[in-house]
Amino acid sequence: MSLPTADAPALLSVRGLEVTFGENPEPVLHSVSFDIRPGERVAIVGQSGSGKSTIIGSILRLLPGDGHITGGSILLDGEDLSRASEQRMRSIRGRRIALVPQDPASNLNPSMRVGAQIADALAASGSRSKAEIDRRVLELMTEAGIPEAERRAKQYPHEFSGGMRQRVLIAIALSREPELLIADEPTSALDVTVQRQILNHLQTLVDAHGTSLLFITHDLGVAADRTDRIIVMSEGRIVEVGTPAEILLSPQEEYTKRLVAAAPTAVAAVRVASASSAVKPGPILEVSHLVKEFKIRGQRGSILKAVDDVSFSVERGTTTAIVGESGSGKTTVARIILGLESATSGTALVDGEGITSSRGRQRRALRRRVQPVFQDPYGSLDPTYSIEKLIDEPLRIFKVGDRRSRQERVAELLDQVALPRTVAQRRPNELSGGQRQRVAIARALALHPELLICDEAVSALDVLVQEQILTLLADLQTELGLSYLFITHDLAVVRQIAHNVVVMKRGRVMEQGATNTVFESPSSDYTRELLSAIPGASLVG
Amino acid sequence: MLNYLATRLWQSIVTLILASMVVFFGVRQLPGDPALAMAGEEATPERLAAIREQLGLNESIITQYVKFVGNMVRGDFGQSTRTGAQVTDLVAATLPVTLWLSAYAIVVAVIVGVLLGVIAERFRGRWPEWMANALALIGLSVPNFWLGILAILYLAVAFGLFPASGYVPISRDPFQGIYHLTLPAIILGTSLAAVIMRQTRASMIETMKTDFVRTARAKGLSRPRVLFRYGLRNSLIVVVTIIGLQLGGLISGAVVTERIFALPGFGKLTLDAVFTRDYPVIQAVVLLITVGYILINLAVDILYSVINPRIRVGGKS
Amino acid sequence: MTVVEIRNPGLGSARGRIWRSLLRSPLGLTGGVMLAIVMVLGLIAPLIAPYGPAEVHFDAPFQAPGTIGYILGTDDLGRDIFSRMLFGIQVSLQVGFLSVLLAVAVGTPLGLLAGYWRGLDGIISRLTDVTLAFPFLIIAVGLSAISGPSLTNAAIALGIAQIPTMIRVVRGETLRIRETDFVLGAKTMDASGVRIIFSHILPNAVSAIIVQATVIMPVAVIGEALLSFLGLGIQPPTPSLGIMLSDAQQYISRAPTAAIFPGLAIVLICLGFNLFGDALRDALDPTNASRK
Repeated sequence: MSLPTADAPALLSVRGLEVTFGENPEPVLHSVSFDIRPGERVAIVGQSGSGKSTIIGSILRLLPGDGHITGGSILLDGEDLSRASEQRMRSIRGRRIALVPQDPASNLNPSMRVGAQIADALAASGSRSKAEIDRRVLELMTEAGIPEAERRAKQYPHEFSGGMRQRVLIAIALSREPELLIADEPTSALDVTVQRQILNHLQTLVDAHGTSLLFITHDLGVAADRTDRIIVMSEGRIVEVGTPAEILLSPQEEYTKRLVAAAPTAVAAVRVASASSAVKPGPILEVSHLVKEFKIRGQRGSILKAVDDVSFSVERGTTTAIVGESGSGKTTVARIILGLESATSGTALVDGEGITSSRGRQRRALRRRVQPVFQDPYGSLDPTYSIEKLIDEPLRIFKVGDRRSRQERVAELLDQVALPRTVAQRRPNELSGGQRQRVAIARALALHPELLICDEAVSALDVLVQEQILTLLADLQTELGLSYLFITHDLAVVRQIAHNVVVMKRGRVMEQGATNTVFESPSSDYTRELLSAIPGASLVG
Repeated sequence: MLNYLATRLWQSIVTLILASMVVFFGVRQLPGDPALAMAGEEATPERLAAIREQLGLNESIITQYVKFVGNMVRGDFGQSTRTGAQVTDLVAATLPVTLWLSAYAIVVAVIVGVLLGVIAERFRGRWPEWMANALALIGLSVPNFWLGILAILYLAVAFGLFPASGYVPISRDPFQGIYHLTLPAIILGTSLAAVIMRQTRASMIETMKTDFVRTARAKGLSRPRVLFRYGLRNSLIVVVTIIGLQLGGLISGAVVTERIFALPGFGKLTLDAVFTRDYPVIQAVVLLITVGYILINLAVDILYSVINPRIRVGGKS
Repeated sequence: MTVVEIRNPGLGSARGRIWRSLLRSPLGLTGGVMLAIVMVLGLIAPLIAPYGPAEVHFDAPFQAPGTIGYILGTDDLGRDIFSRMLFGIQVSLQVGFLSVLLAVAVGTPLGLLAGYWRGLDGIISRLTDVTLAFPFLIIAVGLSAISGPSLTNAAIALGIAQIPTMIRVVRGETLRIRETDFVLGAKTMDASGVRIIFSHILPNAVSAIIVQATVIMPVAVIGEALLSFLGLGIQPPTPSLGIMLSDAQQYISRAPTAAIFPGLAIVLICLGFNLFGDALRDALDPTNASRK
């Protein structure tokens, strides 16, 4: 594939773009300038809040709410879109610039057949007959990789899987053969294997049509794999621009260096804690032949095996990760260990005792030793509580100490998770996501547990914050001799923190063993597939 | 879909049975002896006993309930203690008036409410939205019977735009019938229109903020097309359920509207029965309204499942 | 280990933010002022009313508004409309608050139970359906047939009719909150259902309950007027805005103002609650807060 020459005239040329929201004097985009040449693939990489989505809104002139362009220009073949009329924009949207949006779950009209939604995009050009449109809809669906297009066109979005919906959105975007395709994190809501299929397909189609691509992502690895040029953004400014090799291998700016270092796949900085010598050996958690069946609602007699004969153990002072895609049963396993769900058969024993089988005082004593840290730092803290009340709630439930001693314990815990003691009187909505996750960890530590069950504990965080929290967890493990069961879909995180790994798929264990062994010589096809699907592998591996 | 309908039907039957029990035992709580009321104060003890026997008052309460249900199902509501007329005949004479009035009011309310709701969304932050919001707030805050009194005073009496009272059966003279019902229907529909407007506006604003609307606009569709094909369609699903929920208020409103415009409807029958303590009529009226309410809500739910593809195909809502 | 720095300090408590947001909304402020006026008038009615509510002046019927001594005029029996209106407002608010109290007191626990223990959901849903099938007018008809029309019966009828919507609101909130991770977290510590309901679910549902109460209030005030207008609610000589309207309708062409002022009083009360309720809902809406 030939790279576009540097002196070709730009298809889209953004100059000094500045965007503000409402009355707020501080712009969210500060003088952003970049070019996209015909056939070129450009990535904008940044964390949430970096302004990358605002750029899309500006180009398509679909800024949300009260956002407006306050400076600069957006030239499409010399025509300034920032000043174009709504009428004019309508003839550009879909026809010359099309969008593949982020979340396939929310971007299709739930009360409209899928075929009609593609037809709608075609009809916007107005020059085709009904029969021609119908034929083209099927063509587009087939091209986007949707089998049985004729039947599926008559279905509603909720009858499609996430990956299939994303294919529909791609079909819509490509329907009028645009010159520029904007892909806004097109696969971040999908499982990693599906992600790869969709991206490959999108890339094939884009290459075949010679379409320019503006690819928005938070994932440096994906950007490096898929594009010719990377624009790194932070806080509404462009930090650095370069080819994938330049950005990944010799970043110039401090921010890019941090981003590259934190990007889990590019450089596998291993933070696995060395087992503390103070910890006595032996397993803290033993799961054997665990089975969980669910009855499927509405269908009499049909049963879903969410967990199917799962066995593994967690050694004291170490981290075991369960990795799998959504629907693999990994969260159900965690819920059973926490006693939130009862197993159909099999056992999950903490130091030889099961939470669901024990009663009364014994059960309460066991509860103290196993504590959860949940995924969403916004949902796991009661917004009506102060930070102090949140952290000492476990102490109050288990009637530990008096007011004074509980206050001291809260201060101590805040120190441990590196939060200033002054946050004690704040409420969760005053803290950032990473700070909240620190509060959640402090709360989990309150009762001196031995085992933490971390259910996707860092997945909702930006990559830099993710790194800080993983470091904190590793430090705490060394310091307190904690054991972790780490539930995640993110193989990169596994490599960073876990001593052992259990790979699950559809309720079954595909493979398990020491992390290094599994990563370097995977024994199951599924693990190999997962590993090769990790973005960024092409440059590092 | 079938599963959903079966569940819904079963729920409605349970509700119907419970509601009929409430009516049956409620009527038993009424002061006074029904036999005495029928026979009059001068009746001899023998005559009273005979009437008791005839009414089945000596039988067990369960037998009485079963008989009561049986009579109701057969459409036998007994006789008015005041006039001696068959309650069924009284109902048949008055019910059409109220049904026409309510249906008319619902149509007016849906048209006005949805229209204002769409206008409010389309012109967000500008004067049409303020006007529409103000109208809805007034509609919610003004008692409709007061509005009715003022309407008669100023629109009907002072300007003669509408008749102040009177009823012409629509089956006899459709034009005159509709003309006579127009003012009452507008008055009755006011608060329903306000509720529908606010609901339409709120869900339109929600819908127009969704990702799929942005995606539709990114396709190059015009704003009106997005508004109707993507926005309104999803918002109307909510409006249908609102009508079901507001039915209770509508029935209460119909009673007072009929009173103000002197319409010979169900409301008048109800009020006359209450003030003359005509228990068989009260019992019939209450039961019919309740049954009607339950059946209409069942119909609304079925309609809802038809227009909402997610229920139509899947099992879960 | 470095201590994480807290950025946006001084955001203030959630309560402070809600108050500020309420005060910043001109419509909410207007509603609040209207409510303040109405409540003060209702409270001090006996102190400022020139006459008793049922005091007749046969020598001065149908006085026009503005007449000295009768600021808003008199009705057919020479009763002072201003005084009757003040007492009528008092009665309207009494009935309104009583029915809101009933709806909250019954609806909240039932909503919590239905939302938290799925086993009870079916039973409570059927009870709600049955209650919904009886419009408030029908409940009032039943109650007044059994024990005669009265203020209490009107309030009870209106309150019962609002219980289902209150249950629905609280149940919805409970369903939402019980699925949050903080409730799961409490469950992993074997916190009892009662503890979870009182320490997590109820505090998070309170704002929805308050907003729903501001919705019920105007409905109840209009409902009381309607029942009294039909003779099914408040009974004379107790004054009521509804009775005043019913009386005024009989001599409407002679003294239209006798029908206008009581109606305006009802509108003032309801508009106040609706405006205030809307502003409160906006202020409590977390999606609004994050934008500021």
